[in-house]
Amino acid sequence: MNNAFIVGQYVPGESMIHRLDPRSKMVIIFLFVIVVFLANSVWSYGLLTIFTVLTTLSTRIPLSYIAKGLTPVWLLIVFTFILQLVVTKEGAVLFQIISYPIYSGGVAQGAAISLRFFLLILVTSLLTLTTTPLEITDAIESLLHPLKRIKFPVHELALMMSISLRFIPTLMQETEKISKAQASRGVDFKSGPIKNRIQAIIPLLVPLFVSAFKRAEELAMAMEARGYQGGDGRTKLRELRIEGIDYLAISVFFLIVIGLFLTRV
Amino acid sequence: MEKRIVTFRNVSFRYRESLPWVLNNVSFSINADEWVAIIGHNGSGKSTIAKLMNGLLTPQEGEILVNGTPVTPETIWEIRKNIGMVFQNPDNQFVGTTVQDDVAFGLENRGFPRKEMVKRIKQTLLQVGMEAYTLHEPHRLSGGQKQRVAIAGVLAIAPQVIILDEATAMLDPRGRLEIMETMHHVKEQHNVSFIMITHDLKEVVRADRVIVMSEGKVVEIAPPRDIFAKKEKLQQSGLDIPFVAKLVDELTKLGTKLSKEPLNHDELLEELWTLYLKR
Amino acid sequence: MDIIFEKVSYVYQKNTPFEHQAIQNLSFHIPSGAFVAIVGHTGSGKSTVIQHLNGLLRPTKGEVRIGEYILSSDQKIKELKQLREKVGVVFQYPEHQLFEETVVKDIAFGPQNFGVSQNEIEARTKSAFEAVGLSEELRERSPFDLSGGQMRRVAIAGILAIQPEVLVLDEPTAGLDPKGHREIMSMFKRLHRENELTTILVTHSMEDALEYADHVIILDHGTKYMEGKPEEVLIQKDKLQAVQLDVPEIIQFLFRVENIFGVKIPYQGQSIVDLASELNRLIRGDGSSE
Ligand SMILES: Nc1ncnc2c1ncn2[C@@H]1O[C@H](COP(=O)(O)OP(=O)(O)OP(=O)(O)O)[C@@H](O)[C@H]1O
Ligand SMILES: Nc1ncnc2c1ncn2[C@@H]1O[C@H](COP(=O)(O)OP(=O)(O)OP(=O)(O)O)[C@@H](O)[C@H]1O
Ligand SMILES: [Mg+2]
Ligand SMILES: [Mg+2]
Repeated sequence: MNNAFIVGQYVPGESMIHRLDPRSKMVIIFLFVIVVFLANSVWSYGLLTIFTVLTTLSTRIPLSYIAKGLTPVWLLIVFTFILQLVVTKEGAVLFQIISYPIYSGGVAQGAAISLRFFLLILVTSLLTLTTTPLEITDAIESLLHPLKRIKFPVHELALMMSISLRFIPTLMQETEKISKAQASRGVDFKSGPIKNRIQAIIPLLVPLFVSAFKRAEELAMAMEARGYQGGDGRTKLRELRIEGIDYLAISVFFLIVIGLFLTRV
Repeated sequence: MEKRIVTFRNVSFRYRESLPWVLNNVSFSINADEWVAIIGHNGSGKSTIAKLMNGLLTPQEGEILVNGTPVTPETIWEIRKNIGMVFQNPDNQFVGTTVQDDVAFGLENRGFPRKEMVKRIKQTLLQVGMEAYTLHEPHRLSGGQKQRVAIAGVLAIAPQVIILDEATAMLDPRGRLEIMETMHHVKEQHNVSFIMITHDLKEVVRADRVIVMSEGKVVEIAPPRDIFAKKEKLQQSGLDIPFVAKLVDELTKLGTKLSKEPLNHDELLEELWTLYLKR
Repeated sequence: MDIIFEKVSYVYQKNTPFEHQAIQNLSFHIPSGAFVAIVGHTGSGKSTVIQHLNGLLRPTKGEVRIGEYILSSDQKIKELKQLREKVGVVFQYPEHQLFEETVVKDIAFGPQNFGVSQNEIEARTKSAFEAVGLSEELRERSPFDLSGGQMRRVAIAGILAIQPEVLVLDEPTAGLDPKGHREIMSMFKRLHRENELTTILVTHSMEDALEYADHVIILDHGTKYMEGKPEEVLIQKDKLQAVQLDVPEIIQFLFRVENIFGVKIPYQGQSIVDLASELNRLIRGDGSSE
């Protein structure tokens, strides 16, 4: 499989972050996304950065792997930074690039926004790196459970998500297989005029759709054969349980939030 | 009389009205605790029979009984509790995100309490030799390992009938043998009927009876010994006979008198040995 | 074209936590015009090996030489397309690659990509049709309306129409009934004989390896486990069983004969007819075997 595809893919592990209940992870991340926007001073940004860095380190996933996964994101961050530099005209003029004056406000603004963006992306990717897709869907099902009362199809939604997640690697492999088969028949996906390259997509897409439909059909049949008839009367093997480390993690996070309010200006 | 677990009575089926009949007036029955092999050329309707059996498809004509109950939209959920099915492509039947979740799927659907599930998952994974892989994701398993998980998933619900539709087609020689041994083992311990759809003749000779399909019709139902005695008829239906039967055929042509139709190496060698002693 | 693997290793997803070494320090030599079978347990690296043959994968370490083309980790070959025209690969379940509206168009797809002239393409599709035994009336049908066995034949014809010098087959008969199996295998044998096509067959069937190949390579966990003439390699029961394989049925049988009668009938590629007469002589107690 291509390396670009495994960005954010679950990395098995035993770290404390891995062992947290997925619901606590999701709730913390949800809140984190909100509180990141509260930071407005060097100290508050520092606090969030330290929290994020420590959390990242404690997953014990190789940093080089995480960094590689974030490669496409770097570009966006740099772009955001430059954009802020150019459009913000506050504070003192620091220096001039060609004929563009660069203001101190622009640098501060750019740094703040890029950092915020970076922290957001990093923290959310920690969720997918340390939580199996199944745990995530279980957590969603459990967190959305109250919506069942208003006839929201929570179970079906969760099942659909978990099946799509289950089949993403399979479909990736399939794509690779078909593109290799067509490459063996002389299709060139990588060079030549743009027009030819666009045409080369058809021999890839048609078989891919055919196979995806066939898979879906066979899967539906297999599920039915195994007695699946919707969420009613169904029991679950997996039980989510909030334990000591969850209380600990949530407490730590609340301390951070309190710290954030104290360091805000 | 032996108990009939599955009965097809004059069943005809086509996928759509505009398409030709895929099954034509098919009748047979399978006894409790029996091992039946279904063979036939590609497109002869074997998989269709399997799907009709647990109500994944409904026949336009005829009747199908499982345990005496007709298969109808009202009864299929009851019937599916008694029939487990393993398909050819291991990827397209792996529902769970890990081995343990996949085995659990059938149990969850049938509302088993968690404690019972944990027990059965452990037990069946042990039975198929996959206990070391409980938490593996499907894309980290080989084809044969996925098939074993699928079999564990079926065993976990303890059905009365297990259907294997070319479930060993993608495996290496030992892998096939091991799955066959697993099935034998299961059969010794529980009362189950096996219906095995296959192109591999070595697997067929071990069955109690063989159903030969050709162009949507049942052309023969008999024990393997009788089936493989009819070489021409099989070859007409695009099939083959096993090595031992071929060898017996040639020996007979040379004037060697073999008393019964030997099916496996042991039987043939035993007869040859007797002849040798009497020479 | 000779094919040479020189200490080849291949690692999937290198430098990630999912890194997986699929083949390791593998060396072998396939002379031009040979019929080689590659056998091994599931996941032993067979498909990985054959993807090196037309440059779909490049070795992580070591070197692959196919005629004058050289594949290695540090050197990308420029003539990849030429190589792919010379080495035709039929993947497992090749019918999954069909996409055109009609059967002829799909068969012509490969030659078109390699810039073969229209006249030539017509001649080639025609002979490919004949080679795989498809009837002419299927020409204008959609490939998706065919039976599994027919689709398989169309896909194989699509590779034959490229007219490669080396034909690589990854379990070409998986899922076919015995008749289809026999027909397709004898077709490959005929092509090999008549056109001196170098043929590399990946298979799980020990019987096919014995019957069709003149050289076998046995893989185990990505390394070469055994190599040699089928009649020498495929009789080593204990060694084969140790790596999830087995000896072909006829050899199994000969072993049993030796056990019971105390007489060894060596395997020399005899047909069932020959074997029957040997056995016949044995039980009558005449002939050279006593
Ligand atoms: N979903 C479908 N829609 C329309 N026709 C179908 C469908 N599935 C199968 N058929 C057709 O029904 C016939 C019988 O198919 P079936 O799959 O039962 O054969 P089979 O004996 O299992 O063959 P194989 O050995 O290839 O698995 C074939 O002609 C096939 O083309
Ligand atoms: N794209 C891939 N990414 C990561 N690992 C892979 C990939 N393709 C194959 N592998 C792994 O490499 C090993 C060798 O795989 P390969 O497909 O070459 O085996 P094989 O001998 O062809 O098996 P089979 O008989 O099942 O087809 C296996 O363990 C497989 O899981
Ligand atoms: Mg079938
Ligand atoms: Mg393979």
